Amino acid sequence: MPRYRWWSTPAVLFLLGCGGPFPQSTLHPHSDFARATDVLFTDIFWWAAAVFVVVEALLLVALIRFRHREGRPAPKPTHGHTLMEIAWTLAPAAILVFVAVPTVRTIFATAGEGPADALKVDVIGHQWWWEFRYQELGLVTANELHVPLGRAVQLSITSADVIHSFWIPPLGGKRDAIPGHVTRIAFRPDQVGEYAGQCAEFCGASHANMRLRVVVESDSGFGRWATVQLQGPAAPAPGTAADRGKAVFARSACIGCHTIRGVSPGVIGPNLTHVGSRTTIASGLFPNDSAHLARWIGDAPSLKPGSLMTRMQPPLTDADIAALVAYLQSLQ
Amino acid sequence: MTHAASAAAHHTSLGLDSRKMAFWAFIGSECLLFTSLISTYLVYKGKSVVGPYPHEILNIPFTSVSTFDLLMSSLMMVLALAAVQRGDMRWGKIWLFSTALLGLVFLGGQVIEFTEFVHKGLTLQTNLFGCTFFVLTGTHGAHVSVGVLWLLTLWVRALQGKLTQANAMTVEITGLYWHFVDVVWIVIFTVVYLIQ
Amino acid sequence: MKSWLTTTDHKRIGLLYFFTAFAFFLIGGIEALVIRAQLAQPNGHLVTAETYNQLFTMHGTTMVFLALMPLSASFFNYIVPLQIGARDVAFPRLNAFSYWVFLLGGLFLNASWLVGPLFHAGTLNVAPDGGWFGYANLTERQFSPGPNIDFWLLGLQILGISSLAAGFNFIVTILNLRAPGMRMMRVPAFTWMTLVTQFLVITAFPVITVGLAFLMFDRFFGAHFYVHEAGATPILWQHLFWLFGHPEVYILILPAMGIVSDVLPTFARKPLFGYTVVVYSGVLIGFMGWGVWSHHMFSVGLGPIADSVFSATTMLIAVPTGVKIFNWIATLWGGDIRGTTALHFAVGFIAMFIIGGLSGVTHASPPTDLQQTDTYYVVAHIHYVLFGGTIMGLFAGIYYWWPKMTGRLLSETLGKWHFWLQFVGMNLAFFPMHFIGLLGMPRRVYTYSPELGVSDLNLLSTIGAFLIALSIFVFLVNLLRTRTHGQRAGNDPWGGATLEWSIASPPPVYNFSVIPTVANRLPRWKTEHHEPMRDPPATPPAPIHVPGGSWWPMLAAFGLPILALAPLTHTLWLALVGAAVLLAGIYLWAFEPFEV
Repeated sequence: MPRYRWWSTPAVLFLLGCGGPFPQSTLHPHSDFARATDVLFTDIFWWAAAVFVVVEALLLVALIRFRHREGRPAPKPTHGHTLMEIAWTLAPAAILVFVAVPTVRTIFATAGEGPADALKVDVIGHQWWWEFRYQELGLVTANELHVPLGRAVQLSITSADVIHSFWIPPLGGKRDAIPGHVTRIAFRPDQVGEYAGQCAEFCGASHANMRLRVVVESDSGFGRWATVQLQGPAAPAPGTAADRGKAVFARSACIGCHTIRGVSPGVIGPNLTHVGSRTTIASGLFPNDSAHLARWIGDAPSLKPGSLMTRMQPPLTDADIAALVAYLQSLQ
Repeated sequence: MTHAASAAAHHTSLGLDSRKMAFWAFIGSECLLFTSLISTYLVYKGKSVVGPYPHEILNIPFTSVSTFDLLMSSLMMVLALAAVQRGDMRWGKIWLFSTALLGLVFLGGQVIEFTEFVHKGLTLQTNLFGCTFFVLTGTHGAHVSVGVLWLLTLWVRALQGKLTQANAMTVEITGLYWHFVDVVWIVIFTVVYLIQ
Repeated sequence: MKSWLTTTDHKRIGLLYFFTAFAFFLIGGIEALVIRAQLAQPNGHLVTAETYNQLFTMHGTTMVFLALMPLSASFFNYIVPLQIGARDVAFPRLNAFSYWVFLLGGLFLNASWLVGPLFHAGTLNVAPDGGWFGYANLTERQFSPGPNIDFWLLGLQILGISSLAAGFNFIVTILNLRAPGMRMMRVPAFTWMTLVTQFLVITAFPVITVGLAFLMFDRFFGAHFYVHEAGATPILWQHLFWLFGHPEVYILILPAMGIVSDVLPTFARKPLFGYTVVVYSGVLIGFMGWGVWSHHMFSVGLGPIADSVFSATTMLIAVPTGVKIFNWIATLWGGDIRGTTALHFAVGFIAMFIIGGLSGVTHASPPTDLQQTDTYYVVAHIHYVLFGGTIMGLFAGIYYWWPKMTGRLLSETLGKWHFWLQFVGMNLAFFPMHFIGLLGMPRRVYTYSPELGVSDLNLLSTIGAFLIALSIFVFLVNLLRTRTHGQRAGNDPWGGATLEWSIASPPPVYNFSVIPTVANRLPRWKTEHHEPMRDPPATPPAPIHVPGGSWWPMLAAFGLPILALAPLTHTLWLALVGAAVLLAGIYLWAFEPFEV
């Protein structure tokens, strides 16, 4: 544990009586990037707190000591004091030097360039979900980013439509996803776990619903996940509900937007080849269970306003939806 | 405009005519407007992904004549102001009208240029060059049009005998505007046409 | 009625600005309350996502352009000519034009709430929904096909004309219409800050005008200024917007700083400490405000060098700001402080603005900003600056100058209630937002997950917002009560040092029966070197010519919204009508006999 922890801001929060695991907190850093930022923030916070106490105290003392009293002689009409002016110009300037120096150091340390051996992932923002492309692994997934614990991660971020901002607070600061530009962040996670993030730049109707998860796994766990993801989609046994679901999928509009390797080539929506292995659906909005999947397939825009996945015309029957759910859940 | 005489006679703290000072502030503001437009043109220079590109389409000899025409109109404006200031309204009218006429010629040139570009396939929708070119030169053209309207108004007032030596300040301010618009054109001509 | 519609009297225009802007302030406040009600609990469903996005867009746009700026303008109008010993502004009819354009622009923007059915949509469906910052390329037709963004950009273009016209007018008024002897270094601090503000207005607004014009060409005529497929970049909008947007922040705060610099000396019975330094730091802030715009864009990834430079310039701006605060405290120090409501608000301004300034330093640092930008932490920051700062400062001005403007004093008892409710309410509403943001809640979200652990803090914030609403209600009761029950103010209820207190409340139409001659910075106070000046006589020694009213500024102003309707409804003849009305207004205005 670094030495600053005991008086850092989470402690203040704890004193305020707030509990919670705070999965999206900037104050619980779990990577080198987030930690560097947190150290800097704690530094600046205490400078600011000191200035706050001194200046507000001066203000209060002035108000109390010089409040109107009967018989107080008329105040001396002082117009200014050159030395004092110089003093209170230089004092804040000096404090700012103490803020600026570590700031510049941290800017260059966190400029977004990871080491050469970093795991490179392309992040593409869509209205309103995230696509992850692992170039070196040849893997494509959505909304849940898996990374290994022992290795630096280098993200190259862009957008397929409007400007988004990619942000997983426990792992570091945000970077905008801008169409036609590539921005970068790099971090090395330092604890296994599941971290929450979400889009931070207003991007239209469902901006609030553009969430994501990052799963930091042990190297072996990440390896297992990658191996599974690289395999083709599960083929349902003939006659099962999942098999009927596959048929429904193949004859419906689903194939226009979604990829399931070997089944459909669509690229407008998330790749579903291994959708069953994800913990959430609809970019982190709901748990990946039958009830939510069924509601999502039936009427996505009611769960996520503006969703491009409109209600199917003619509507799917309940039996079709149940079969689709079974199929999607089988795609582990 | 009719109360120029009384306004000029008013006491002011800086000894400057208030309308003239306001106009300088306006010109300062306009500088920022054109700076933003010209900067955008420069930022987007060479970024078009399809043609026609500037070197394929800009007609420098033609525009040089337009530029010369606009410069001459500034000269006419100087002469107009001098005439009104010395109370020579006969020449004042002639020069005011000449300034407006040369302004109209410039606008005519711009209409011809725009039409030709559209025929050659460059519109506002074609590419970034089209966007930045038409909006920049179009905004300037709109300023020239306002100036021409203004000059013609003064000319008509002069014909009616309502613009006299007492209104020299009005003519001076018109001149400020006209020269400003002219200077902006020199910058645009240099940036868009000469430096490609 | 007619005399109000045609008025060119700066005092009447000031009151028109006040009531109009306050009405918009209430509308913006109601929007804020709906927003807070929605966020009182996680997964709130009081309003839909689409409605919520319109609400926060209109809340920001309304508060910035229709409430704070014009509330400041109401004091520019009413007070500045009085402080410099003038009979009116330099261009009274241009002043009327500014007001009418502001009113019509504000109505145009807000009409979008109601006119949905005209665009084959429901009511509450076509209000602007792209954020007050309207980032391209979300605002392009491709991603925002409805008329929502059209209302926003056309409304802002109209309002820009109003601000620019007022800017030229007040610059000339302050530079050129000062009473004899009132050198620039004798001009009251509020008028000085007005001058700096107006210079910022006339230089910053053309930039946003161009940015909006590009967006207009993109949306209405298929241009590609922000379309990356054509080789352009949506980042251009961010540069243009923030080149305007950061000076705009100072346009919002400098007038309040000016008010505080006038209120504190009056109630401490002591001259403003370091007047020269306060004035020059204001000028410096104005200049430096132009060199910091990219600190709104750290997350864009401009590169470490650009980030370092903009971080440094941003931190530097804290220095002149700090200097002002120290001078205000030094003004109080050694004074004989009377705790009037106006003083409460002025001190509240200082206390709250310090918090906003200090949280500002934490996002002047790009690495920490990357964790804070676009979160509730920044929402907390801007509300400490613009509510704790500007609104507190404006209320200080209202309590201070209301007696001058109406002849009656606002109730001090209700005033104190107002202050304390607002003070507690705003801290309850905005302080928890620091934590909400640091715990990971982005701004501009219509809903949030209970898993974030910010539900209680959000509820607290909502309670605070409703407390603020209660405080505003108390203020409205105070205003109404004062109309009939307010104590008569007399010329000078506070013992003020500046010229506005030397004449009747409300002042006669000509302001000064005799234009005063000013010998020092505090003309009405006795100092070690000076006796107080003699106030002008109650009745003028000779009749004073007062300019009549004019219909034409209003007529010209009507041309603008008509022009704006043309692209909105794709109707060419409306453009012709609008241009004709505008031209007719201008010509009739130019040629009508009007003696200033």
